[in-house]
This record gives sequence, structure tokens and C-alpha cells, in this order.
Amino acid sequence: MKKLIAIVILAALPAAVLASEGEGPKLDAVKIDLGDQPSLQRGARIFVNYCLSCHSASYMRYNRMGKDLGISDELVKENLLFAADRVGDLMQAVMPADEAKAAFNTVPPDLTLEARARSPEWFYTYMRSFYQDDKSVSGWNNRVFPHVAMPHVLYEWQGHQQPVYKTLKVITHVEQDGKQVEKTIDEEKFDHFELIKPGTMTSAEYDSAMRDLTNFMVYMAEPAKLIRPRLGVYVLLFLAVFLVVAYLLKKEYWKDVH
Amino acid sequence: MQKLLIWIDERFPLTKVWEEHLSKYYAPKNFNFWYIFGILATVVLANQIVTGIFLTMHYKPDTGLAFASVEYIMRDVPWGWLIRYMHAVGSSMFFIVVYLHMFRGIMYGSHRKPRELIWLFGMLIFVALMAEAFMGYLLPWGNMSYWGAQVIISLFDAIPYIGSGLSEWIRGDFVVSDATLNRFFAFHVIALPMVLIALVFVHIVALHKVGSSNPDGIEIKKKKGPDGIPLDGIPFHPYYTVKDLVVVILFLMVFSSIIFFSPEMGGWFLEHDNFMPANILQTPPEIVPLWYFTPFYSILRAVTYPLFGVDAKVWGVMAMGTSIVVLFLVPWLDRSPVKSIRYRGWMFKLALGIFVISFFILGYLGTKPPSGLAKTIAQVCSVLYFAFFLLMPWYTKIDKTKPVPERVTP
Repeated sequence: MKKLIAIVILAALPAAVLASEGEGPKLDAVKIDLGDQPSLQRGARIFVNYCLSCHSASYMRYNRMGKDLGISDELVKENLLFAADRVGDLMQAVMPADEAKAAFNTVPPDLTLEARARSPEWFYTYMRSFYQDDKSVSGWNNRVFPHVAMPHVLYEWQGHQQPVYKTLKVITHVEQDGKQVEKTIDEEKFDHFELIKPGTMTSAEYDSAMRDLTNFMVYMAEPAKLIRPRLGVYVLLFLAVFLVVAYLLKKEYWKDVH
Repeated sequence: MQKLLIWIDERFPLTKVWEEHLSKYYAPKNFNFWYIFGILATVVLANQIVTGIFLTMHYKPDTGLAFASVEYIMRDVPWGWLIRYMHAVGSSMFFIVVYLHMFRGIMYGSHRKPRELIWLFGMLIFVALMAEAFMGYLLPWGNMSYWGAQVIISLFDAIPYIGSGLSEWIRGDFVVSDATLNRFFAFHVIALPMVLIALVFVHIVALHKVGSSNPDGIEIKKKKGPDGIPLDGIPFHPYYTVKDLVVVILFLMVFSSIIFFSPEMGGWFLEHDNFMPANILQTPPEIVPLWYFTPFYSILRAVTYPLFGVDAKVWGVMAMGTSIVVLFLVPWLDRSPVKSIRYRGWMFKLALGIFVISFFILGYLGTKPPSGLAKTIAQVCSVLYFAFFLLMPWYTKIDKTKPVPERVTP
């Protein structure tokens, strides 16, 4: 029996080996901490001031955000309510969808769930991967999302950066006269970004601001996450106590079963 | 109190039902870990029904409103997020316990005479559950919901002559649309739950008619004491009710850990692509069903050769259908003189081990693109999957068995 269970566990191994292939640009790690309320507030401010100009977060209400992030309705009204009349409203983009379509040739996606649909790492890296590209319509391109219609909205903060490539010698096997021949080819591989024109923020400041924004996006994608893990601990503690009682009851009943 | 009971008993067999199914239903005393999954499946079924009722109160089956109504439940409905996670994670838990329950049956020969009908009812529950899960998955109207339904329904196109008409009839439209969403909602919240409850009822009635099997595969009713009670039997209540309570709590601890700490289970229980609303212009990079369907999905995709002038897709659909139908036949495919794996020889153990490994690998590969090595492995595993069943009459018959004891072993 135990052998069988071991076999079942071993069965997962070849699967794990097959899983180890990666693709796409490398995503940078980002520290998500929903307990860091000042960070969430800073992120909210960036989101409302910049992102909401074109993007909606149409499943999220202003006052829910205020309540969760410790911002009073009055403060929300004074500082964050540009695109709506009431604090109970959903966060709709300032720019109407048809105008956005005319400007960008696509409607900017709703961002409420972006951090869940992609990942916090994706979003954090994306916001730091814009570079100037004269071949693109908007004049901008992005390493994480090539040919994205979105221009670099925060370039004043970050400044202008250019990708630096390094040339790698890659050895491949090609077929020549029916034989496998080794051939070395040059491959341009992205190495890092180089700041050409500094913005109003230092690189570290910009990263920190984007971390705040990412933190906020993670919160916005699932507001319940603020209380979910804490509640889980209480539920488990309750069940653990219940388990002890139930176990003692079982032991009492079963002592005469042989 | 006593008077009230007599009053009721004269009009409704309350005491009789209580005794027959609980206080005087004698279950073998040697149930092990594997015998808990029936109870757990019942617990999850209850969870799905109760949480489902509350979700139905707030959900809107309309392509323009469905996705937003789910987010409304997640944000604005008090405790809505908890109810929704209990339901969504519950569906995965349902399949986990049902798969383990079925595995137990095969391992200990619970399907053998006289319990064939219990197995058949159980298989019908499994099929109904798959339909229930498939239709429920469309309701959030996420992008994977939409494309998953599109792909799976289009499988019916493969059926010759009636295929395209049939899939159109299922969708109620040429593509997955509002009509599809509405009828799936009706099936998911009314039709299939009623079928499931009815099937669970007859599953248990059939079980209580013949009595539970046990890890030794012995009929405890053959050895009865002078009072007519099986010597190795103990009343289900209170013995198994208190024992099951312990395991149910343990299960709830696992269940809550997932709900509260990792409801998405890294994309296995809630897929990333389903946090985007359905978009007919944007196909997800890889359309995959949720994990509980992937072993069968893998078998579908493993068939890549056209045969006798018939398209590979048709054979794939047939292979997938057969992979489920063949499970119905297990009670008759198994020819071993003993029921339990404890008294079987190495051949059955090896076959079962290979089968389980193949099932896991198929399940994993079903979530990956079917190319190159992955495709070949899936093909090998599909063959092994079918070999387990088709060769069963042979290897169970010639396999060496050990003598079965007279009474159950602890």
C-alpha cells in the first residue's frame, strides 16, 4: 500500500522535468506587502492620477478603496475624485472609450484585475521596460509587451532609456550535405537598460514608485486579500480546537471496538 | 417526546430509516483512510449546493453582465468572496475526493459482485459531475470559460453527419453566446444538481442494500453472531459518525487552507486567463480545461493519425469517450478470484501502479502544448491507460493470489 503511494508521488517527477522550460523576457521580482498601507496609498494616488486617464477599473469603487486604505470619504472626494461625482461610483476612465479607440486604435483594457490576469511581476517589469522606438506609432516600445499601443506615460519620472544588447555566440547544429555541422551564429540578446536622459526621479525612486503602484494593483485585483489570510488563521485555529474535541470523542467511542 | 416519535412513526418510517441506515447499519470495523472519500464527497456536494444558492442570488446569466456580477460578488456582496472561493475551490476538491473514491473502489474491488450497481450509479454521478463542472465553468464568462466551452462543444462537430447540427443545438447558436450561457446556467443550477442528488440517493440505497465492502474484500454478512449482527460489523452511528467527524474536520482544514491562503492554487484551481472577460477576438495562448479534465483531454489530443479515411479528430473524440465508458465496465473486466489488492499478486499491483502514473502524466500533459516529446509521452500514456482496462480480464485471471482470511484483519 505504502509502495503504491510512493509510486503515485514519483509519477509527478517526469512532469516536473518537462515543466522547466521558460520563455519570454525575464520578469523582475517585486515585494508585495498589502500590510504596507502608506505604499498602497501612494500606489492609489499614482493609479488615480495617471492610469485612470485612459484605463478604467470598472469593478472597483472609490469609497471601497478609501475604506480599505484608510482614506476618509472627504479625502477621497478632495484628492482622488477626478473622474466621478460620488465616492460610491465605480472607477471609470476619464477618456471615453471611443476617443481612446480613435487615439490608440484600441480601447485601453480595464485594469481592475490586471495583477491577477497577468502577474505582479509582469506588471512591475512592464512599467519599467518602456524605451523610445521611432519605428512605433506612439514613439515608444516595451520589452515585456512588444508593440504595445500604450506610450510611456511616466517618462517624465523615469526619463528615457535604451536597451543595451550583448552579442552571444550561439552554437547550433545545421544540416549540411546530409551531415550535422556545428555552426556559430551571433545572437543579439537583451542585457540591460541604459538611462540616456534622466527624469525627475532617480532610478531607485522610480522603481519604488512602481513597486507602490504594483502593490496597489495587487490589492485592487482582490480587495478581500487584505483580510483573507488573517481570517484563515482564525478558521484553522477554530478547526484545530474542534479537531481535538472530535478526536477525544472518537477515542472514547472506539475504545471498546477491537 | 416518546409520544411524538410514536405519532410520527405511525405516519412516517422515521425510526425505521434511522435504524436501517445509521444506528443499525453495520459497517465493517476495519475501514481505513481510503474509506472516507464517500463521506467527503457528500460534504463537498452539500457545500456546492449551499454556496451555489447564495451565488445564484447575485450572479447574472447575461454575457454583458456575468463577468461584472462575479466581481460584484467578490467585492460588494458581504462575504461574497468567501462564498465564491468555497464554490470554486469546492469544485476542484469535489474531483479530488471523487477520483480518490473511485481509486479506492478499483484498489479494493468494491465494484465486484454484488456491488456492480453501486459502481454504475457512481460512474453516472461522475459523468453528471463532469457535465456540471463543465457548464459551471462557463458562467463567470472569463476568457478561458469562453474558449474552453468553444473548444469542447466543437468536439461534437467531429461526429459524422449529425455533428455540426448537434453542436449548434447544444450552443443554441453558431458560436458560444448569450443563449449558451443561459442554458448552461439552467443546467448548472437546476437540472444537473437534481440529477446528481437523485443519483447520490440511489448510490447510497444500493450500498445499504448489500452493505459496505472493506479493505479485505470480505463479506462481513457471512459471519454473523447469534443475534444476527455481523461479527465484524459495528453500527455506523455512533462509531463511524464520530470517526468521520474527525476526518471531515481534517478535510475542512485542508479546504480552508486553500481557500484562505491560495484560492488560485497557482492557476490550477482558478486560471489566470479567467480574470479577463470573455473576448471573442483574443484567444488565450493555450486553451486548456481545468485540471480534472486534462487526463481525458490529453487522450483526445494524443490521437493524431487519420484511420480508415476518418479524420484524426473523430478518433480522438471516440478515444476520449471510450476512456470514460471503459470505466463503467470495470466490474466485469476484473476476473480476479479475490477482491482486495491485499490478496492479489504482483501483476495487478504493477498494472494499477502504471495506470495511476499514466493518469497523472496525462493530466499534466493536458495543460501543456501537445508537441514533440510531450505528444509522444501522451500517446504512450494513453495506450497504457487503455491497456490497464483491456488487459484486465487476462492479468487478473492469471495473477497469483493469496488466501483471503475468514475474518477482517485490523
